[in-house]
Amino acid sequence: MANAILVVGEVAEGALVPISAELLGGARRLAEGSDQTVACVLLGSGVEGVAQEAIAFGADEAFVVDDPALTEYNSDVYLQAMLKVAEQLSPAMILFGQTNLGRDLAPRLAFRLETGVIMDCVEMTMEGGRLMATRPCYGGNARAVNAVRTDPQIATVRAKSQDPLERDDSRQGQVTKIDAGIDQAAVRVKVTERKGMTAEGVRLEDADVVVSAGRGLGGPENFDVIEELAGALGAAVGASRAVCDLGWRPVSDQVGLTGKVVSPTLYIAIAISGASQHMAGCSGSKNIVAINKDPDANIFKASRFGIVEDYAKVVKPLTEAVQREKGG
Amino acid sequence: MHIVVCVKQVPDWDIPPSSFKVDEAAKRVVSPPGVAPVRSQFDEIGVEAAMRLKDQSPDTKVTIMSMGPEEARDAIKHSLAMGADEGLLLTDPLFEDLDWYQIALVLSTAVKKLDAVDFVICGRQAVDWDMGVTGTGIAELLGWPALTIGKDVQVNDGTAVVERVLMDGFETVEAPLPVVATVSNELGEPRYPKLQQIMKAARKQVTVWSAADLGLDASQLGEEARKLTLERLYIPVSDSECEIIEGDTPEEKAQNLARKLSEAKLI
Ligand SMILES: Cc1cc2nc3c(=O)[nH]c(=O)nc-3n(C[C@H](O)[C@H](O)[C@H](O)COP(=O)(O)OP(=O)(O)OC[C@H]3O[C@@H](n4cnc5c(N)ncnc54)[C@H](O)[C@@H]3O)c2cc1C
Ligand SMILES: Nc1ncnc2c1ncn2[C@@H]1O[C@H](COP(=O)(O)O)[C@@H](O)[C@H]1O
Repeated sequence: MANAILVVGEVAEGALVPISAELLGGARRLAEGSDQTVACVLLGSGVEGVAQEAIAFGADEAFVVDDPALTEYNSDVYLQAMLKVAEQLSPAMILFGQTNLGRDLAPRLAFRLETGVIMDCVEMTMEGGRLMATRPCYGGNARAVNAVRTDPQIATVRAKSQDPLERDDSRQGQVTKIDAGIDQAAVRVKVTERKGMTAEGVRLEDADVVVSAGRGLGGPENFDVIEELAGALGAAVGASRAVCDLGWRPVSDQVGLTGKVVSPTLYIAIAISGASQHMAGCSGSKNIVAINKDPDANIFKASRFGIVEDYAKVVKPLTEAVQREKGG
Repeated sequence: MHIVVCVKQVPDWDIPPSSFKVDEAAKRVVSPPGVAPVRSQFDEIGVEAAMRLKDQSPDTKVTIMSMGPEEARDAIKHSLAMGADEGLLLTDPLFEDLDWYQIALVLSTAVKKLDAVDFVICGRQAVDWDMGVTGTGIAELLGWPALTIGKDVQVNDGTAVVERVLMDGFETVEAPLPVVATVSNELGEPRYPKLQQIMKAARKQVTVWSAADLGLDASQLGEEARKLTLERLYIPVSDSECEIIEGDTPEEKAQNLARKLSEAKLI
């Protein structure tokens, strides 16, 4: 398997998560024109049924590590399982999504295997069998292209940066089980509590329209008008870090470098200055619209349309106008 | 308890994007003239996390460790002024251009050389390269557990308890000391040093160790030993041209925008 690109697939609610399908698409493109194969490994409990889905999305073969100990993510347990997988398959490359799992597990695995890891890649190409990975850095102000010299080459890849292949259920591939053989005595980390924050309505990262607001709103109560606009547009609501740090919105609403990465068709930024760390989370949007009272605000530099005005004077009329436009 | 906080000095991140420059040939960021480097934002939060533990158990010793040029001493001094006890500067020409494996090697070797460390705290990511692997790397090289992206860090009876920030929620994880934890801004604002503390910190001695002091040399820290290479560094170009929507009143601007969006089939 020394020529395999191994994608670490993730499963939620009995299905492959979108980022994993994207990774398989990305891996297929990397393998194009070479003798490299694409493999997918699924870790969890009761995940075997998803293996065929991984193959339908582009894996040549799938490996399943099914163990009750893998039901929920625990860094020590998952590391043991991934070490087993890496030892058995010795892949040339291991790709993770930049997810809760990937950002925690990929560096661990890399250090344990004494190899390099590139985090949060947004573009990948292959040069002479080596991955050239482009990643944002300096708060989104710059991009670096990195390569890993040692094997396996490990990278995490940002959601929505790769296109998935069309699902093809006629694709055939072998499914192999790998025994995790978890040594519970070596597990030091214990997960004692997990609190989900599932937003109502459309998920921010999947929404086609996002309305985000920033510190310029002046207070949490002013999100009412933002919610109304979002309602009229069928949009999800996001926020800047300043807003989340102030406790006006939950952390899960944060868009940006250390928050969520969104790439909707329409992103409306209201009273957000457009700091590079915020743009790092929304610059993939197809159309950005800014409402800001400061004509020099950085957000306008990335926007297609802008209004220079006090948000309090335009958001309500905008909601009404949107309702009228939509109504006919 | 002995806590080590890893604090990195980085180019000031709080400059307007228009003054951000890179030297593409040297693959380096060029700070605007007169703009001094600053403490990486999450590392100051690491110092805050350590100080909260010290507030609870005053017999805790907090050591600030920074690897970098001589100027990184400023970052250490500021952290000392926040209430930390000791400073350790790791400086050597060999430390200048390292990859993350090498960075973690230097920092973990220093932790081993320090006196009985129970807890290492790092930022979730350094605010220069935004890589976010060093804390985990130190943990792996020490053979310790790593509890990452903490918004709350506690120690109960020799067990570290960390509330982690997830993409869509939180989880609480624990592991027996010694451990490495990394922290995020959700932990809260770092404290401001008081004048008296700044003066006290200015007089404090900072220990300085070189590569030789750590028993490391070019065979581990040289270019050849890098696992990761930097091929290119550049500023992405944005081709967006913003159309400012005009109107006599705010209402008119709003209506004109809605019409534009509708024409562009965006609503
Ligand atoms: C390491 C690091 C990571 C970070 N990660 C993130 C991240 O993930 N996400 C993120 O968002 N930020 C992040 N930041 C913070 C970022 O640098 C900015 O501080 C933050 O985005 C600012 O939020 P803001 O635009 O809401 O607030 P401000 O910068 O305060 O801007 C408020 C804006 O509102 C405008 N305004 C004020 N009043 C009105 C009004 N009445 N009508 C219209 N406009 C008005 C002002 O002109 C201004 O442009 C990070 C920073 C660092 C250092
Ligand atoms: N040169 C350094 N000196 C001290 N601490 C560092 C250094 N580099 C990285 N760190 C620590 O490791 C964390 C993560 O860095 P990184 O993996 O580069 O994103 C930082 O927030 C620091 O706490």
